[in-house]
Amino acid sequence: MTYTTGEIWLTIGVLAIGTFLIRFSFLGLIGDRPMPAIVLRLLRFTPVAVLPGMVAPLVLWPAATGGTPDPVRMIAAAATMGIALWTRNVLWGIIGGAATLYAGLAITPFL
Amino acid sequence: MTVSTAKAPARNAFWAGFRDGLPFIFVVIPFSMLFGVVATDAGLTLAQAMGFTVLVIAGAAQFAALQMMMENAALPLVMLAALAVNLRMAMYSASLVPYLGAAPLWKRALVAYLNFDQTYLTSITRYEARPEMSVSQRFLYFMGVAAPITPLWYGMTLLGILLGSSVPDNWALDFILPITFLAMVGPMLKSLAHLAAAAVSVVVALLLIGLPSGTGLLIAAGAAMVTGAAVETWQERRQ
Repeated sequence: MTYTTGEIWLTIGVLAIGTFLIRFSFLGLIGDRPMPAIVLRLLRFTPVAVLPGMVAPLVLWPAATGGTPDPVRMIAAAATMGIALWTRNVLWGIIGGAATLYAGLAITPFL
Repeated sequence: MTVSTAKAPARNAFWAGFRDGLPFIFVVIPFSMLFGVVATDAGLTLAQAMGFTVLVIAGAAQFAALQMMMENAALPLVMLAALAVNLRMAMYSASLVPYLGAAPLWKRALVAYLNFDQTYLTSITRYEARPEMSVSQRFLYFMGVAAPITPLWYGMTLLGILLGSSVPDNWALDFILPITFLAMVGPMLKSLAHLAAAAVSVVVALLLIGLPSGTGLLIAAGAAMVTGAAVETWQERRQ
């Protein structure tokens, strides 16, 4: 990293203000004015529209392996999804997925 | 999503949120520690790494910015990429409007500061399940969800900074984030429309992987939202 201290703090400051303005945007500006039905319908899909697309590249090309596909991480991802779907519970999904990941990483050197 | 089922009067909305936010400490602890470790490793001072965590308070964007700074990218590009990763929060902000839009400005500003994936997803699930909640109950519930998460987010980053690079690579902390997001998505896939939206999100994001960081994800999210709404409308017409 070759930035000056001032440049790093400038980056932190811009990101802090920018991120807050993004989060404040609609909630702060629109307030309690009613929103059109179509907008509300679209927004209900926000989490399922954002998170899968964010995760997919991380599962296929994990940074920890330098972008090389890793069977252990893919299996852990599949286990997480399966358990979360089956139990309908976030925490069980995380615990099951993490257990699968660590079991897989522990076994790999012996294969 | 773990949402408690007990009826809660106004004064208990905070504690109901606290209870529902509690499971996320298992996510926040490794994730925020990892940021502290990686930031120190990359050459940020303690104050700079804490500045990121307290002022920006957005894990994925912090990691994105750090990654690009380690590659010595031009600062405007670092800022654009990290903010693009956070643009999904504009959608979070908009989707909270029907539930919290009538709250006083200071409450909306506080919710905005604390509006990240876990608090948003937990709260919106509760609001949808309980339309009878008052605006002030919703605010207290949101603060309750944030209450166990936020201090740990700060504290564990600090611990990560202090531990520095002594955390071994074979802990595979990098993969805690994908596992967390996948576990969050599972219980949300409750209809064909939600499944279709998730599928489009994955396919478009992978197709556009070559675009600058965060850009493909935004387009994928937009396409997925339109798909979800279209499938839902189509299903309603068929009935």
